[in-house]
Amino acid sequence: MTLETQPVVINFGPQHPSTHGVFRLVLTVDGEVVIDAKMVLGYLHRGVEKLAEEKTYVQNITFTDRLDYLSAMSNNFAYVQAVEKLAGIAVPERAEYIRVIMAELQRIASHLMAMGTFFQDAGGWGGPLMYMFRDREKVLDLFEMACGQRLTCNYMRPGGVSMDLPPEFIPELKKFIPAMRAYLDEYEELIAENEIFKIRTRGVGILPKELAIDAGASGPVLRASGVRWDLRKDDTYSIYDRFDFDIPTGTVGDCYDRFMVRLQECRQSLRIIEQAVRDIPGGPWVNPGVRGNVWAPPGEAYAHVEGPKGELGFYLVSDGGVGPYRFKIRSPSYINLTALKEMTVGYKVADAIVILGSIDIVMGEVDR
Amino acid sequence: MTRIVPLDTQTVADRLEGALPGSVEARTPNDIRVKLDRLVEVARFLKTTPGLDFDYLVSVTAVDYYPHFFELVYHLVSMQHHHSLVLKTRTPDRERVVVPSLVGVWRSAELQELEIYDLMGLVFAGHPELRRIFLWDEFRGHPLRKDYVEEIIPLPLPTEPAEPLG
Repeated sequence: MTLETQPVVINFGPQHPSTHGVFRLVLTVDGEVVIDAKMVLGYLHRGVEKLAEEKTYVQNITFTDRLDYLSAMSNNFAYVQAVEKLAGIAVPERAEYIRVIMAELQRIASHLMAMGTFFQDAGGWGGPLMYMFRDREKVLDLFEMACGQRLTCNYMRPGGVSMDLPPEFIPELKKFIPAMRAYLDEYEELIAENEIFKIRTRGVGILPKELAIDAGASGPVLRASGVRWDLRKDDTYSIYDRFDFDIPTGTVGDCYDRFMVRLQECRQSLRIIEQAVRDIPGGPWVNPGVRGNVWAPPGEAYAHVEGPKGELGFYLVSDGGVGPYRFKIRSPSYINLTALKEMTVGYKVADAIVILGSIDIVMGEVDR
Repeated sequence: MTRIVPLDTQTVADRLEGALPGSVEARTPNDIRVKLDRLVEVARFLKTTPGLDFDYLVSVTAVDYYPHFFELVYHLVSMQHHHSLVLKTRTPDRERVVVPSLVGVWRSAELQELEIYDLMGLVFAGHPELRRIFLWDEFRGHPLRKDYVEEIIPLPLPTEPAEPLG
């Protein structure tokens, strides 16, 4: 007599520590091997795009903080650029430098969380995540110093930033750079050289280059698959053309590559910050012509930045009113999930969690 | 300093007219609008023609121009040539909302079309699995439409006072 086997459906999430929020994945497994994966979203849907149509351009900055709540500064940056493009607002030099410093600090903070929780998903419980929390804290302290907020910063404004850097900010930042460099070396030794970690992540969740491009992947997910595409270099916005930095890429497109790309990117961000701190000029931090709300003529604008998760874009349509007629978010976390099924099918259930962790999603941005 | 250069829409419109006559509906310096029923052919042409090679679909958006029509906006980028194009198409009115799906051309459209179906109520013909992605299946209406009125569902009130605890 032969035993009959049949596929089993496993519900993963929505309330589960490895789902990075409220993400639900319905896995069909044959033994331990995943044969189908279907995601169920919407548990954190707040209707931000609808709400934003009722608010003014400046009020909407607050909403952008709450999309990807681990990288509020980058979200602000993308949104204010879209408004500036729509309304034709110039940005003073000093404000551009402040924005770049903040965006790169935010990238480090976001990648730290991504790497820490990813290591946790791979089974390294506790320690490394707490180290990363400790280091992210230093970035958050700097944010607090600059704008009074730690996570939902609401710092940037069309035409600049809401307030100038306090005098003690730059000295603190100068102390932070070498300290962070040392920590990154430590992490590389601690995690990237860890044999168990390598076994869990190498050759797992491979995303081929062609599929990555076709499925619209962006950010570290795309670059780990070997595509050298970074908007800071490929569609230079703000003042990124003034800085010297490299774009790390992977070769295989597995979970390990995605992790390593993030780790290397933190080093590159430190390089950018170092140069920005050296060159930052004095002067106004906001366009003096912009006071309170802005007004935009009828039209449309799309602006994007290379956020920590990938290409974050805002598409705004104006009908000439005080707020957007249409407020569309091109959210990298959401679009990076497109190829999740291809990435998970054929691997073990335990790998599915590692693969999801390696994409680095934030549900606030997926569900909006 | 590298930038993604927006392609001259006149040149692209001419090429489209040459290969697919009658597909272009209108053109501005920023975007090209094509006929709704020719959208898939146009998309395939833009993706596969050497020199255009739009391999990366960045974003899909639907805009409700109440009370006239819905407009779909596609932001395309060619990673190879560093150029971009904004492709648009319109539904005939706000009643006929079946539009062709582009999942067969760019996979990246898959989740974005689901989002538009859910929130804007455009039906993508040819989408592999059209379902509500954010809202629950019983939800009525499509919130991003300009004429959407929020349905207030009264909470069931307790008919009897609750038993005191303990």
